Amino acid sequence: MKSRISALLLGTVLAFTAANFAFAQDKTVKVGALSDQSGLYSDLGGPGSTLAAQMAVEDSGLTGKGWKIDVISADHLNKPDVGANIARQWFDVDKVDIIVDVPNSGVALAVSNIVKEKNGIFIDSGAGTSDLTNAQCTPNTIHWTYDTYMLAHGTGSALTKNGGDTWFFLTADYAFGAALERDTTTAVLAAGGKVLGGIKHPLNTSDFSSFLLQAQASKAKVVGLANAGGDTTNAIKQAAEFGLTQGGQKMAALLLFISDVHALGLNTAQGLNFTETFYWDMNDQTRAFSKRFQERMKNHTMPTMVHAGVYSSLLHYFKALEALGGNPHDGAKVVAKMKEMPTDDPLFGKGSIEPNGRKIHPAYLFEVKTPSESKGPWDYYKLLATIPADEAFTPLDKSTCSLLKK
Amino acid sequence: MQALYAQLLVGLINGSFYALLSLGLAVIFGMLNIINFAHGALYMMGAFCAYFLLNLANIGYWPALIIAPVAVGIFGMILERTLLRWLTGLDHLYGLLLTFGLALIIQGIFQNYFGSSGLPYSIPDALKGGANLGFMYLPIYRGWVVVFSLVVCLLTWYLIERTRLGAYLRAATENPTLVRAFGINVPRMITLTYGLGVGLAALAGVLSAPINQVRPQMGADLIIVVFAVVVIGGMGSIMGSIITGFALGVIEGLTKYFYPEASNTVVFVLMVLVLLVKPTGLTGRAN
Repeated sequence: MKSRISALLLGTVLAFTAANFAFAQDKTVKVGALSDQSGLYSDLGGPGSTLAAQMAVEDSGLTGKGWKIDVISADHLNKPDVGANIARQWFDVDKVDIIVDVPNSGVALAVSNIVKEKNGIFIDSGAGTSDLTNAQCTPNTIHWTYDTYMLAHGTGSALTKNGGDTWFFLTADYAFGAALERDTTTAVLAAGGKVLGGIKHPLNTSDFSSFLLQAQASKAKVVGLANAGGDTTNAIKQAAEFGLTQGGQKMAALLLFISDVHALGLNTAQGLNFTETFYWDMNDQTRAFSKRFQERMKNHTMPTMVHAGVYSSLLHYFKALEALGGNPHDGAKVVAKMKEMPTDDPLFGKGSIEPNGRKIHPAYLFEVKTPSESKGPWDYYKLLATIPADEAFTPLDKSTCSLLKK
Repeated sequence: MQALYAQLLVGLINGSFYALLSLGLAVIFGMLNIINFAHGALYMMGAFCAYFLLNLANIGYWPALIIAPVAVGIFGMILERTLLRWLTGLDHLYGLLLTFGLALIIQGIFQNYFGSSGLPYSIPDALKGGANLGFMYLPIYRGWVVVFSLVVCLLTWYLIERTRLGAYLRAATENPTLVRAFGINVPRMITLTYGLGVGLAALAGVLSAPINQVRPQMGADLIIVVFAVVVIGGMGSIMGSIITGFALGVIEGLTKYFYPEASNTVVFVLMVLVLLVKPTGLTGRAN
C-alpha cells in the first residue's frame, strides 16, 4: 500500500514537472555543424562553418536575452553512413535541434532523411544537389546557399550562349556530380547546345590526366567540371598542363569556391567563369563580416559562400525562434515559421524561403581576375552579371517536391 | 588506338610515382623490417619543403630536388633514432601502428595550418610547355618525371644490390651481431637506410608538387595504393617494387580509359588476386 501511494505521488510530481516544462519558455538550443573536417571539402566548409555558426550565435544577440546556445561539430568523412550515424546520435543522445552545413550531397541526402524521421531541422549550405528541394524535399529541410540548378543555369547557360555550344563533362561519381551534370545538360540543351559525352571519375581523384586526354579527344568546346573542391582544382591545374586551354577548349568550373581560386593561384585560375551567391568584397556588410571571419580563422582565409550561408541561415533560424518566444523542439514547426518570415541578413540581403525549402536570393556570374587586375590578397573576382533571385533557382511550378502538391 | 597509346603513357607517369614511393617502402622494410606507414606523410613533407623553399627562401625547383629529400631525410633519421629504434625486435604491428600514428599527427599539423585545398607550385620554366607526339600532347614536365624517377630507381637498386655498401646492409639485416663483429656500425647504417627511404619519398613529393596541389592529404591518398603495389611486388623486393610500380600505373591508366569508375579499385582487385595465387607477392620469396 505504502509503495503504491509513493508511486502515485511520484507520478503526480512527474506529471506536474513535465507540464511545467511544456509551459516554460525553453530557451536552450543546440546547433550541430556537420561537415567534412579533414578531406577535400574541409576548406569550403569544415572548421570555417563551425566558426560561422559561432559567429551567428554571438551576432544574434540571443545569449544576452537569456538564451543558452551551444555549437558542436563533427566530421562526416564524406561518408553517408558516417554522417547518418552522427545525425542519429546528435538527435537521440546529444539533443541537437538543428544541423547545419553538410557539404557532400550524398551525406546531405542521408542526413535529410534522418532529420525528418527525428523531426529536427536541417539547413544545408555546403551540398549542391537540387534533389533536396525536389524529389527528396522534406518539411524539415531548408537548402540555403546554392544548388546544382542555380550553377547549371548560371554558368551553363551563359557559356553556351557565348558560343560554347558543345560540352564534355568530367563528373564526380556521386549524388552531387550526377545532379550537376543532369541540371547542366538541361540548361545547355535549352540554350541550343549539345553534349558530346562525359566521364564519371571517383570522388577525390588526384590525377586527371587520363580523363583530360579523353576530354581533349572529344573536341568539345567546353569541358564542364561537375565536381568540387580538390577535384576541381586538380582538374583545372592539369588541364593547363595538358594544353586543353591552349588548344581552344574552355574549362567550365561549374562549382568553384574562393578557397579553390586561392589554392590554384591567379596565374592558373584567371579567366574562369563560374556562379556563386556570395563574395566577400560585395559591399560594406560582406566586407565587415569577412574581415572578422578572416581574423578568427586559423589559416586566415576569407569565408566561402558556404560559410556565409551557415552564418546567415542561423541568424534567420534564431529570428524565428525569437518570434516563437522559445524553442519548441519541434523541427517542422520552426521550419514553417522560418518559411513564413521574409529573410534579411547582412550577407545575402533580402530574400525568402519557398514552400519546398529553397532559399531564394540573387546569384552572381563571376570571372577570376588576371594577376594584373588583382589589387591585393584575396582580390579575385570580377562581377559579370547578376541573376535576379526569382530566376536563379528552380521555378516553383517545375519543382517536383511533394510538399507543393495540395 | 591513339587514345590507347596516350593512356599507356599517362599510366607510366603515374607509375613512376608509385615506383619511387614503393621503392622507399621496400628499402625500409627490407633493411629495417618496419612497415613505414608514415611514408605518405613524409612524401607530403617533401612537397611542402619545396613550397617553403620557393616562397620563403626563393630557392627554386632544381635545388629543392636535392635540399628537400636531404632535409626530410634528416627528419626521418631523427624519427628513427628517437622513436623507431625502440621497436627493434618487436612484432611488425608495433612499427605499423607507431608510423601510422606519426602520419596522422604530421598530416593533422599541416592541415591545421594550411587547410585542405592546398597551395600552388608552378612548373619550373625549363620544363614548361609540351611536345606533340602525334597521338597525344605530352607536357615536358611529365616526361621528365618518368625519366628522372626511372634513373633514381635504378640507381637505388644498384646501390643496394650491387655495391659493397649494399652488401653490408643486406648482411646487417640477416645477422646484425655478426656484421657488428666485423667492426661495422650497424645502428648508424640502419639510421642512414631509413633516411634514404624517407629521402626517396620526399623526392617523389618534390616531383609531384608542380603536378598536384601541395596538400596535407596528398600522401594519405596515395599511400594505400603504394602499399598495394608493395604487397603485389613482394614485401622488401627492390626490383619487384620498381617493376610493379610502373606496371600498376599502366594498368590503372587503362582502367581509366575503359571503365573510369573502377580506376580507384582496380589496384586492390589485383592485390587480392595476387595474394590468393602467390601470397609472397610476384617477386617475393617465402621465408
